[in-house]
Amino acid sequence: MSNRYIGKSIKRVEDKRFITGKGKYTDDMVLPQQTYAHIVRSPYAHALVKKIDISAALAIEGVVAVFTGDDIRNAGINGVPCGWQVNFKDGTTMKEPSHPLLVGTGDTIKHLGDAVAVVIAEDRNIAADAADAVEVDYEVKNAISNPFEAVQAGATPVHPEVAPNNIAFDWTLGNPRDEVDAAIAASHHVTTLDFINQRVIPNAIEPRVAIGHYDTTSEKYTLYTSTQNPHLIRLMMSAFVLGIPEHKVRVVGPDVGGGFGSKIFHYTEEALVVWASKQIERPVKWTSERSEAFMTDAHGRDHVTKAEMGFDKDGNVMALRVKTYANLGAYLSLFAPAVPTYLHGTLLQGLYTTPKINIDLVGVFTHTNAVDAYRGAGRPEATYLLERLMDLGALEMGMDPADLRFRNFIPPFDGVTQPGYQTQVALQYDSGNYEGVLKRGLEMLDYKGFREDQKEALKNGKLLGVGFSTYVEACGIAPSAVVGSLGARAGLYESAQVRVQPTGKVSVYTGSHSHGQGHETTFVQIVADKFGIPMEDVELIHGDSDTVAFGMGTYGSRSLAVGGSAIMKSIDKILEKGAKIAAHKLEANIDDLEFNEGKWTVKGTDKSISFGDVSLTAYVPHVYPEGLEPGLDFSSFYDPANFTYPFGCHIAVVEIDPETGKVKLKRFLAVDDVGNVINPMIVDGQIHGGLAQGIGQALFEGAIYDDNGQLINGSYMDYCMPRADDLPMFEIDRTVTPCPHNPLGVKGAGEAGCIGSTPAVVNAVIDALWSGGHQVKDILMPLTPERVWRAMQ
Amino acid sequence: MIPASFEYKRARSVKAAIELLADGNAKVLSGGHSLVPALKLRLNQPEMLVDIARIASLKGIKVSGKELVIGSTTTHQEIASSDIVKEHLSILAEGAGAIGDVQVRNKGTLGGSLAHADPSADWPALVLVSNAKVVLEGSGGERTLNAADFFTGFFSTALASDEIITEIRFPIPAKGTKSTYQKFVQPASRFALVGCAAMREPSGETRVAFSGVADAAFRDTGIENAISGKTLTAENINHAVSDTAKGQDIMSDHYASEEYRVHLAKVFAKRALMALA
Ligand SMILES: Cc1cc2nc3c(=O)[nH]c(=O)nc-3n(C[C@H](O)[C@H](O)[C@H](O)COP(=O)(O)OP(=O)(O)OC[C@H]3O[C@@H](n4cnc5c(N)ncnc54)[C@H](O)[C@@H]3O)c2cc1C
Repeated sequence: MSNRYIGKSIKRVEDKRFITGKGKYTDDMVLPQQTYAHIVRSPYAHALVKKIDISAALAIEGVVAVFTGDDIRNAGINGVPCGWQVNFKDGTTMKEPSHPLLVGTGDTIKHLGDAVAVVIAEDRNIAADAADAVEVDYEVKNAISNPFEAVQAGATPVHPEVAPNNIAFDWTLGNPRDEVDAAIAASHHVTTLDFINQRVIPNAIEPRVAIGHYDTTSEKYTLYTSTQNPHLIRLMMSAFVLGIPEHKVRVVGPDVGGGFGSKIFHYTEEALVVWASKQIERPVKWTSERSEAFMTDAHGRDHVTKAEMGFDKDGNVMALRVKTYANLGAYLSLFAPAVPTYLHGTLLQGLYTTPKINIDLVGVFTHTNAVDAYRGAGRPEATYLLERLMDLGALEMGMDPADLRFRNFIPPFDGVTQPGYQTQVALQYDSGNYEGVLKRGLEMLDYKGFREDQKEALKNGKLLGVGFSTYVEACGIAPSAVVGSLGARAGLYESAQVRVQPTGKVSVYTGSHSHGQGHETTFVQIVADKFGIPMEDVELIHGDSDTVAFGMGTYGSRSLAVGGSAIMKSIDKILEKGAKIAAHKLEANIDDLEFNEGKWTVKGTDKSISFGDVSLTAYVPHVYPEGLEPGLDFSSFYDPANFTYPFGCHIAVVEIDPETGKVKLKRFLAVDDVGNVINPMIVDGQIHGGLAQGIGQALFEGAIYDDNGQLINGSYMDYCMPRADDLPMFEIDRTVTPCPHNPLGVKGAGEAGCIGSTPAVVNAVIDALWSGGHQVKDILMPLTPERVWRAMQ
Repeated sequence: MIPASFEYKRARSVKAAIELLADGNAKVLSGGHSLVPALKLRLNQPEMLVDIARIASLKGIKVSGKELVIGSTTTHQEIASSDIVKEHLSILAEGAGAIGDVQVRNKGTLGGSLAHADPSADWPALVLVSNAKVVLEGSGGERTLNAADFFTGFFSTALASDEIITEIRFPIPAKGTKSTYQKFVQPASRFALVGCAAMREPSGETRVAFSGVADAAFRDTGIENAISGKTLTAENINHAVSDTAKGQDIMSDHYASEEYRVHLAKVFAKRALMALA
């Protein structure tokens, strides 16, 4: 033990290579004999492939091979499966259409960018030219992109055989619907919102890249891929898609330039390059273009919702009733069914004592790209729904939005002396102090002062508004047995191996995957402090299925809570064994030893032995406890006892230009409680990035599919990402309510910023409009100047 | 994002460039900040690019008689930071400084922007409002066009395929002339949803030009006639802008419908004129 690192803002060790341009990403790799793949994609959202003519492409010099959906079909290759099964309310199995690597002749294109063929050539330019030369004869059909329209009678089916009504599953959670109906009917006031939580596109700075390499001598397959999740990709690709032996497959996710969820999933291109490499006996690299990224990286959100919140005459929330149509896209991506259900419906308690809650949800196929987990995954949608209703309810009832929340908050509970909080929607919150974050937020805002400024501004023709969002989320996913009972086809534990080398240097192998989160720093801080050694003596290894035993990857803010806990288990095993060796060397009783600052000391004496000496002894066991194995190397798997539940309060202050409708975000305050904090600077960074994304959804971002299923803003000319000058300096603070059920007391910070912020911004705009006498309930996100201006007309 | 293959030639002189262009399917390359994206999307597949960026005679800012003369390959940044420009025609520096971001301004050029004639680009409104002349040179010799005659419609100009823009000549306005460029950006591209350039000479003569609003940049003669010579009171201005963009082919997209664009044009015309008062 030492206290040198944990809780300190240690600069990120990985940044040296990143900011000097030395990061090593998949596209930086060039293997001997490497070829280049270019994928031929459908320019239509829904079309029958009548003919694929590859002769002109094959004739181009430098083209190595062209494979089409027909080749894939003839090779008997399966589609990419879904990883989560959500069955219908009546028990019927989820409708799960096949997602082929390439669409063949006689089959149907299901979304813009669906792949038909892959061209492999000696260089990227030739591959691109040859892809242009592949002639595909399409019979274009009607497409459908809105999930509500897709379930209406007569809507064009995406998968006529599998799901003729476009419904993948329907689902409900919470109190019986009739009880909730009754509670709504009995309410003094009901606030109703019909809204769309629009589709957003992740836009990682590094587009996806995959290199498949089949080695003819060893008969081993290697896949280098820009992924958050190497081991799961290996399992899915080997066992379910290509049918190749898992032990002959290595998957490496090297430096990865951001994922935000979109790189969790196993994508068709990964299996395609691996398979193609075997066919041509050369490595095959595919690098996504930015326009392909817009079209084919799994998207996020896309809910059409009606939500009603019933209040009694004092403002106590009596009931919540929700109906949602969740757009899943054309194919079921890995976690797609879980996101709107178990990561969304389960969060509808929010941080309120609402006694009756029910959600009824329909998962819908449309001719659009797949929707899956995107930073926050379901919890932002839940938070948006609840927090919009809270602020709007307050406006409608003439109550103060902060007071309304204080009235309804679940009282503080630490999860140790007080029990966790059992919600109406399946979860048990671990610990929370919800009043605390709102109180702190109001203080930082100077709420009273703001309301005076708002009145004053109005006199000068200015529209100022404040919006609140208090959220709780579930992360650190997740107890395997629990998720298994809910339809997950995988466990969600994590593995860690801590290998102490003979010289006392430490190698840590984690199944978590760092792609921006700074694990090489935070995880090392923990190990170094627990062993009382310098950080320089610890190395973190991740992302390679040949070196790391197993892993479930990084997403759902799980790395520290789950991966970090696995590391803690291995650390404990090392210290336990180390103590035995130390006791033997010191000729002392093990109970008389204490471990501090990197050495075992016999209590009350100056007799001690260092961590390094014990390590050496473990590998040179000449003077050694009888019966003890040599070596100092432990693997552990940690399966969490519960989700963790971070919470917080986000507050936005906006000014609207009444003439143009342009919203200026003047202040943004965030008080988050993510449990114990290992590295405050990294947590701040995670919060900042999350806020930018959440604010981005509120004000700037949104995929637009037209009636033909064309993505009309699939480039940065039209799809607006938030930029630094769109944002104020964030004012952030924290409270600390430790997680009671994991060894580090940590909850997770990766998504909080993105979960809480969106409704705060929209609420602030609505508040500003109401202050100016425009009593609008909702504006479709993103709140572009025109939409805000229209709301004022 | 991989362009079709093309040949690349760097021209040493205007004459050499014109000869290369006469050969057929070739395009001039200047800053590349409009052309290269189009090539990458394969919207444009020329056989040859003729790079004119290093022809010395095409670059530079100088005063010649009563004109400010800017070479066509002068970058946005050079114009935005030029003391000569700020002294004689500050609206050009103001407008050039509102283009894109630093990288774009460091590479993109005045001539390239005019030749490209993006209806949402900033330069067209600026050259129109300042009554500039565009000088072209081709195998048929040199010709000089009024800015208003140079732009012929949506992404189209009077430029022939073997011609290049060599320089732009701006009359230096009378002392005491006031000017302003007011831009409301399309949030993603940061091109102009509405760019309103306005100039008022001491005589009261007022010119107003717009980018972003219609299928091509235009001078709004309705506003000009209504406000020239009149005092810039709120009432006169409101009256003058009431028919903004009348008769124009207004653009519409998911950031701004036709109705909203016209509304914005009015708001920005009003703001621009107020700024000149
Ligand atoms: C990210 C980004 C943001 C931008 N934001 C803005 C903005 O806010 N406002 C704005 O106005 N513009 C913006 N632009 C466009 C930018 O200003 C371009 O630089 C400009 O439009 C074209 O100039 P260029 O020198 O790059 O021309 P190029 O791209 O080299 O050429 C453009 C076209 O003009 C032709 N051409 C070039 N020079 C000549 C010449 N001398 N004679 C004849 N033909 C010629 C070329 O053949 C080509 O057809 C942006 C561009 C980018 C990439």
